[in-house]
Amino acid sequence: MAKAEMNWAAIDADPRFQALHRKKTTFLWGLMIFSVIYYFLLPIGAAYYQDLFKIKVWGPVNVGILFALSEFVVAWTIAGVYAKRANKEFDAMAAEIINDAHNIK
Amino acid sequence: MNLKLIGGAAALALASSLAYAGAGAVAEEFKWMTFAVFGAIIAVTMYITYWAARQTHTTSEFYAAGRSVTGVQNGWAIAGDYLSAASFLGIAGLISLYGYDGFMYSVGWLVAYITVLLVIAEPCRNIGKYTLGDVLAFRNQPKASKTVAALSTITVSTFYLTAQMVGGGVLIKTLIGIDYHVSVIGVGVLMLAYVVFGGMKATTWVQIIKAVLLVTASILLVLFTWGQYGFSLPGFLTAVVGDAKVQAQVAKVLGDAALNMTPEELGQRFLEPGLFLKNPIDQISLGMALVLGTAGMPHILMRFFTVPTAQDARKSVIWAMAIIGGFYVLTLFLGMGAAINVGSANIAALDKGGNMAGPLLAQFIGGGPQSMLGNLFLAFVAAVAFATIVAVVAGLVLAAASAMAHDLYVGVVKGDHASPQEQVIAARVSSIIVGILAIYVGIAAEGQNVAHLVALAFAVAASSNLPAVFLTLYWKKCNTYGIVAGMIVGSITAIGLVMVSPNMTYPTTVIKDAKKVLEGEPAQPAKEAKPAVAASSFMCELFALQGCVKSEPAKAASPEKPAKPGAAEKLAKLGEKVAGLEASKATLTDPAALKKAEEDIAKAKKDIAATEKAKAKAEGDLKKFEGQTTSMMGLEKPWFLLKNPGLISIPLGFLCVIVFSLLFRDKRSDEMWDELYVRQNTGIHAEGATAH
Repeated sequence: MAKAEMNWAAIDADPRFQALHRKKTTFLWGLMIFSVIYYFLLPIGAAYYQDLFKIKVWGPVNVGILFALSEFVVAWTIAGVYAKRANKEFDAMAAEIINDAHNIK
Repeated sequence: MNLKLIGGAAALALASSLAYAGAGAVAEEFKWMTFAVFGAIIAVTMYITYWAARQTHTTSEFYAAGRSVTGVQNGWAIAGDYLSAASFLGIAGLISLYGYDGFMYSVGWLVAYITVLLVIAEPCRNIGKYTLGDVLAFRNQPKASKTVAALSTITVSTFYLTAQMVGGGVLIKTLIGIDYHVSVIGVGVLMLAYVVFGGMKATTWVQIIKAVLLVTASILLVLFTWGQYGFSLPGFLTAVVGDAKVQAQVAKVLGDAALNMTPEELGQRFLEPGLFLKNPIDQISLGMALVLGTAGMPHILMRFFTVPTAQDARKSVIWAMAIIGGFYVLTLFLGMGAAINVGSANIAALDKGGNMAGPLLAQFIGGGPQSMLGNLFLAFVAAVAFATIVAVVAGLVLAAASAMAHDLYVGVVKGDHASPQEQVIAARVSSIIVGILAIYVGIAAEGQNVAHLVALAFAVAASSNLPAVFLTLYWKKCNTYGIVAGMIVGSITAIGLVMVSPNMTYPTTVIKDAKKVLEGEPAQPAKEAKPAVAASSFMCELFALQGCVKSEPAKAASPEKPAKPGAAEKLAKLGEKVAGLEASKATLTDPAALKKAEEDIAKAKKDIAATEKAKAKAEGDLKKFEGQTTSMMGLEKPWFLLKNPGLISIPLGFLCVIVFSLLFRDKRSDEMWDELYVRQNTGIHAEGATAH
């Protein structure tokens, strides 16, 4: 496909693109902030809440180990949630803009 | 011609390693097995290189494998690129020595990929071509941004490369006894063959093969160690807590604090935080560097240009996260399994950092040091470690070479006017230059402490590359002035802080420790327990400032300690002991007593060897630092108190990009914003795959 001239400013101003931008921004920031906070709870907990981390809940398995394991589960869940939303929603919204890009003046 | 050269490189690497094999973890009579496994891996990767070389003609094929790598393949390749020997052997080792803290340390390396997935992978695929410089040059002044991006890429890659080359050389020496110089050259020659002939395609497949081998080996080891306990987590950990070797290790780490603890308490302590990571602020600083630095690592970024679309880039991060995360969960069982089966003391005896935990566990599962199967397993793990080093180094060399050839030569010197043929030649020549440089640095840095260089590479990437890329992609007002200032200040701050941090060597401390070994220590009176002292202000936690009260952790009461003898005195005593034991042995007739005497003699002789080694090291240190009182920066003790600079350098990097973007106006950065923002979100006009 030859690279035709596009009116980028017009696409940027297009309501469909603005809708994609808004949805993506809130969603990504939300996930990002949640994951950063959840991650830093681990070193903070291990340093300042050792009594909590030492509580045994399942044989010798303590809160600390379960929390560290939960970090993995949470990371995978965030990846899964993002991929699902992006595959289903963002890709379709972008495809619509791409198909119509030449006509947006 | 290529085939001959590739074959020659392989033969050279294998033959030189055969010729120089000395003492290592693998027993002499089983060494041939290690080399057979090495040979098989080298043969397969060389065939792949030959196959890839026939399909690598254009720049896009050389740097980005013609953008024909699938999402799943790229996911495995990212895992292969990322799981360096440090994480594969090092984290299992930390867990085997310090339990919980080692496992906690591994978490950040996975969480890092959330940043990659959410904010970096897809936009970069949509607007970039081959390098970090391409992404930045999209809306900023091309020459300025390509120059700083290339310098930063080369800096980060060099730090990481040095750590890999030196660490790899030491590892191979410890595992199979191949001479340090020979293994560095062997790794270098192989990696050059992959990169120069096969470009990104060969590098990708070497990384995939290595990741598959690594994951297979880990799963097999975990099946054996965890399987005994019916795959029950409490069952396995109960065995860990109850193990005498684990309890002894915890007692050793805790010192005086362990005196009033029961064996069960000691074992349980292994599953609790605080045995290894003592400074939470340093931990958070490292965490910041990991979480933000991975997304700015040039060799990881470069992997996203090898897939056909942004959707494939997304898929590859998801796969990479599954593989990398799964692997780190397995290391919990590898490390703890090594602690109960091999024993922390035996692991630390071979390598202080614990790097031999995984290999020794493999040997144990196969039947121990004397068995054929045990050594076959060990050989396999050693070969995986070797493949790991080569694969990671190849990715780094390709990243540095692309910055040099594509950004600096083609982009800046030639002003983007280079013929396709010229570009490919530039790419190959730069790869050779970087590769030879890597071998040189590996040899020159022999014996240096390079462990902190990996953390430094991540800190520079997080303080320089990430703020520039992130703000270029998402902030309308960001411009050339901002990213140039931010990248320079970010990387200089990170490097500068490390130069005055506890990572450097301080002669007064080294001399004091050496004298302790040689001259012994005086007797110490009993001390009462002391509560923890808080630093007088937050700044005092970070810098050694005037009038600061340093924070001190709580100290348990310690009993009176007798004087410790110096090395010479100790050796004389041990010598007398051996002589005495041997004399009494001659009079013994009872086989049980005889055996006991022989064991005692062997133990005393082992102590002598260890003391002599410590003495030689102390003497060497004294000689090396004689008359010196300050580090290479002219400091007697660290001025910056953290080992990781991220806490300061990352915010500073972001701040500089923002301030300088607001202070100066750049027309091009403004005008290109709409195009950049639309294209990074939609993928319109993204670089397509080349047809085959």
